[in-house]
Amino acid sequence: MTVQITKGVAAVPIAATPSPSAKSRRSVFIRRPFFTASLLIAAAYVLAAIFAPYVAPFDPVKQDFNVMMKAPSVVHWLGTDSYGQDILSRVIYGARYALIIGIFSVMIGAVGGLIIGLAAGLSGGWAEWGLMRLIDAILALPSLILAVAFIAILGQGVDKVVIAVGLSMIGPFARTVRSDVMQVRVQLFIEAAQLMSISYLRVVLRHVLPNVIFPLAVQVTIRVSEAILVSSSLSFLGIGVTPPTPDWGLMIAEGRDFVSFAPWMSAMPGFALALLLIALSIVGDGVREEFDPKLRRDS
Amino acid sequence: MLFKALGKIAQTFVVLFVVSVASFGLLKLAPGDPIQIMLGSEFSQASYDSLRAELGLDQPFLVQYANWAIQFVQGNWGTSYVARAEIFTYAFKEALPVTLTLASFSLVFAILVGVPLGVLSAIKKDTIFDAGSAVLALTGTAFPSFLLGILLIWFFAVKLQLFPVMGYVSPWENFWLGIYHMILPGLTLSTYFIAMITRLTRATLIEVLEQPYIAAARARGEPNWRVVWVHGVRNIAMPLVTILGLQLGVLLQGTVLTETVFNLPGVGQMLTSAVLGREYLVVQAGVMMTAVLFIGVNLLVDLSYPFLDPRLRTSK
Repeated sequence: MTVQITKGVAAVPIAATPSPSAKSRRSVFIRRPFFTASLLIAAAYVLAAIFAPYVAPFDPVKQDFNVMMKAPSVVHWLGTDSYGQDILSRVIYGARYALIIGIFSVMIGAVGGLIIGLAAGLSGGWAEWGLMRLIDAILALPSLILAVAFIAILGQGVDKVVIAVGLSMIGPFARTVRSDVMQVRVQLFIEAAQLMSISYLRVVLRHVLPNVIFPLAVQVTIRVSEAILVSSSLSFLGIGVTPPTPDWGLMIAEGRDFVSFAPWMSAMPGFALALLLIALSIVGDGVREEFDPKLRRDS
Repeated sequence: MLFKALGKIAQTFVVLFVVSVASFGLLKLAPGDPIQIMLGSEFSQASYDSLRAELGLDQPFLVQYANWAIQFVQGNWGTSYVARAEIFTYAFKEALPVTLTLASFSLVFAILVGVPLGVLSAIKKDTIFDAGSAVLALTGTAFPSFLLGILLIWFFAVKLQLFPVMGYVSPWENFWLGIYHMILPGLTLSTYFIAMITRLTRATLIEVLEQPYIAAARARGEPNWRVVWVHGVRNIAMPLVTILGLQLGVLLQGTVLTETVFNLPGVGQMLTSAVLGREYLVVQAGVMMTAVLFIGVNLLVDLSYPFLDPRLRTSK
């Protein structure tokens, strides 16, 4: 759902883009300082997630009732929560859950969207019409509401959240894949391949699919942040990941009840989430503007 | 034009049909056998079969769907055991108005703030003000609303004690108190839309102000404010309405989260407690209400174009 507006935003680049000739000479990383900084931030999150046991100063689920709800200090850099758990350690481990859930659920959405989008784009006729109405129906529900409905059936837990968020993202992926297929299937090289009596399956796999996969990969990078936002929203609502998992959404929700005397309980994991989302959305915009020829106009 | 409109309406009903079949099917996928739950732990096969027949669960899927759809349209949505109420009353008459009030309040607020901000950054293009509003817009669209809500509670309600921490008063019953309670949730929900509308207004207006008729208006000696606010700003209506239709989903899911942050008894709270209490009928009611709202608003958006842009009134 967010893609339409980001398009509106992206149409107006924040940094003025130099002329096309200068563009090709300089590296992306120099041309787009915000993009580079965001990429580094995202990389830092990935590293923190991978090396969490070595980076985190404490055990993220070790409760210590002597230090409950302590403000940030030299020992506990980001303070402690209502169970005396170290918030910094939980935030670091939380990166693991956020990234794993985000990446895997986007994969589910992309693969599901690829299958439905290909089927809709290639079938034509009534089958295409029916599949399009199905996609319309899926898109009639915001991804969070759809994910809530799937959670109602599947139950709670990290794996369930991955499936629910993944299924809820199929709609937008299917729509973009289908419109890409529509553009490819009328191309001359497809007609040529068919005239050479290459098998249908081979035409699809060798000639249609590669033209669809690349824009899909760009979509995937853009939508990781949406998946992370929806999954942490589920946890925030108390129906996603279950305690004591160090999930940011869950930590923000737990802190909400103590906001008057321990605001850091919500704020610290919240800022960790917000920084990652902002970085990912800048990276996503950058990737799209670099690779999407449709957006490559200097406005 | 009328023919086109009828086509749109027909298509809307098809999508509505698919959504309702899907949400009915969703209920069928839910774990647990409803008959077993109703009968308890000990029952005979005969009583199981008779109840199954009585509830119509032995019928084919489409017949069951038709029966359900007829009941649903009549407002027989079942009973919620957690809320101890008819789901129609609980979901449609109690929860939905809260959500709609919050959503429309936030939207109006976002337009009132976003459009002038966008106009200002278009006029002051490439100044510090413009760059600042770009940064704010980026942060506003990516910042999670539930975090923003908690930060607002902490600052305005706890530190400054200007606003109530949570709770809901209907503005329809007590207008000023209701608005007072709505300010923090409204601010939380509208931030994203203020950011979005600001950017949209800016982009549209910059393009519009380069049009020949704007130059013509200036040449006629019309004052600058009139050129910008009368000839320029009216062009924002179309893209604004389009994007608000498309972004309604974001508004609705933002409402769900904001309601949870501020403890407002709307659709969001209803859905959350229904999931925790495994009340599939309530989840289904929430899903259906959201879908109907989304589809209905987008139909209205489609139908409103000829009124917003006279060029679209001529039928092809």
